[in-house]
Amino acid sequence: MLKNISNKKINNTTPALKISNLKKVYDNDFVAVKGIDLSVQQGDFFALLGANGAGKSTTIETICSLVNKTAGTIEVFGHNTDTERALTKTFIGLVPQEFNFNIFEPIIEIIVNQGGYYGIKRKEAFRRAEELLKHLDLWDKRKEKALDLSGGMKRRLMIARALIHKPKLLILDEPTAGVDIEIRRTMWKFLSKLNAAGTTIILTTHYLEEAENLCHNIAIMDKGKVIENTSMKQLLSRLQTEMFVLDLENPLSEVPHSDDFIMSLRDANTLEVELDKSRSLNMMFDFFNQNNIRILSMRNKSNRLEELFIELIEKNKEATA
Amino acid sequence: MNWREILTAFNTIFIKEILRFSRIWIQTILPPAITMTLYFVIFGNLIGKAIGEMDGFKYIDYIVPGLIMMSVITNSYSNVVSSFFSAKMHGHIQELLISPTPNIVILLGFVAGGVARGLSVGLVVTIVSLFFTKMDIQHPVITITVVLLTSILFSIAGFINAIYAKTFDAMNIIPIFILTPLTYLGGVFYSINMLSPFWQSVSLFNPVLYMVNGFRYGILGVSDINPSSSFILIIVFIIALFSFAMYLLNKGIGLRN
Repeated sequence: MLKNISNKKINNTTPALKISNLKKVYDNDFVAVKGIDLSVQQGDFFALLGANGAGKSTTIETICSLVNKTAGTIEVFGHNTDTERALTKTFIGLVPQEFNFNIFEPIIEIIVNQGGYYGIKRKEAFRRAEELLKHLDLWDKRKEKALDLSGGMKRRLMIARALIHKPKLLILDEPTAGVDIEIRRTMWKFLSKLNAAGTTIILTTHYLEEAENLCHNIAIMDKGKVIENTSMKQLLSRLQTEMFVLDLENPLSEVPHSDDFIMSLRDANTLEVELDKSRSLNMMFDFFNQNNIRILSMRNKSNRLEELFIELIEKNKEATA
Repeated sequence: MNWREILTAFNTIFIKEILRFSRIWIQTILPPAITMTLYFVIFGNLIGKAIGEMDGFKYIDYIVPGLIMMSVITNSYSNVVSSFFSAKMHGHIQELLISPTPNIVILLGFVAGGVARGLSVGLVVTIVSLFFTKMDIQHPVITITVVLLTSILFSIAGFINAIYAKTFDAMNIIPIFILTPLTYLGGVFYSINMLSPFWQSVSLFNPVLYMVNGFRYGILGVSDINPSSSFILIIVFIIALFSFAMYLLNKGIGLRN
């Protein structure tokens, strides 16, 4: 795994990203971001969630100097993006939402050239590109044109390109969109390792399961505002119920009935149980024992975030109505 | 970025540009060579014999500098406009915009790419011309300086065009409706002394006339324009357009929302 860029001019206690009163009004008067404040600590794996048009991509593009902000300040590792733009750019790696490479170029050239734009000499850029492409299972494709890659490969190419200068802050704008589950899980593993090695990661995604599994802290945006900014743990603790998925030894033809918790069958051998947090697990197991339902394994259902997300968006809709 | 890193960034853009037009040489280098061969055959040999001499030179000798300059102008311009516009349209200009590469290096890199293609095509056309006539360069330093500065100027102009263009049609408006008429009316095929005093005065507002004549002076030693005027005009235009291009880049016009 690649180690981080040198710690030049970085104080360990300063946030990786600090946004204050960021506003963006486009030329057509559309207000995409309405004065948001956001802080991401060094080493965090941070989820920035929101429905389409919430202002996530504009925020990201403003951080990366792809969009001119209307007002506010952005600091990356304590350095202002207005006054120290070149320095802050060396700290950031961006994986954008849309494919934005020259599709007629061989992928090794795309990555090595990106290194060149950061002042990395060709030989060194090639060495780093080899390391990254091998990590991301693209080394065999290095001479192929980007045009010939599958969707998942293109996403991985953009990750490799964003990492060529060893950024301390990696921003991924829906990196797993349209990617099959196997590749998605490989990418999660890769990103987790990268985060464990010290890279701060900001992730936007529509797969809430992804955010729940990977991220420690979370901000939810809606209509250009941050409507929630807390730790994932705290957010999930607001749920009054827990969802469990039980794998059964014998198939069930119908959902058993209980007055104490709600059950539904995912398939004949998989039962989902929604249990109020005030009720004990023992009570649930007693019920299954009494009904001769043998449980082989049990796990938490991991898309609980979805419920909260929808709840928060609905609340904001009511508040702004 | 330190100077070494800046130089690496410049080299990356420059080499990428050279590789880009070299990879598609059938579209970039070959067509001007074929077009100019036809010009030499038709205007130089066939029609030229009927025209006779111009400013004391055989007609084909007279038009060779203008044709070389025409190739340099159109290719320098079109290289930068097509490369930068395509980077903008396909989004890969973002690779540069998110990097710490200074704006001036981005501009210089693309201009250097345009100059490389302009001069490469100019060299190919010069070689082709040697099959039709001899070339005895009178002022080599002036010849090289004029062609280099002209190539720089039109590469910058192509860059500005690419920044403003929002569609492929818009990209072609200036080359078709402004650049081509200015080039054809810029004394490539004739001396402005053949025109009436009124049209001679009008022609003096055409900047291409100064470049073609400056280059012709370098090769043949004759010109409708004082060579010093050519140099001054080209340099003034370079400074003005370069400053404007930097202003557009720094403001992010056409690039950053």
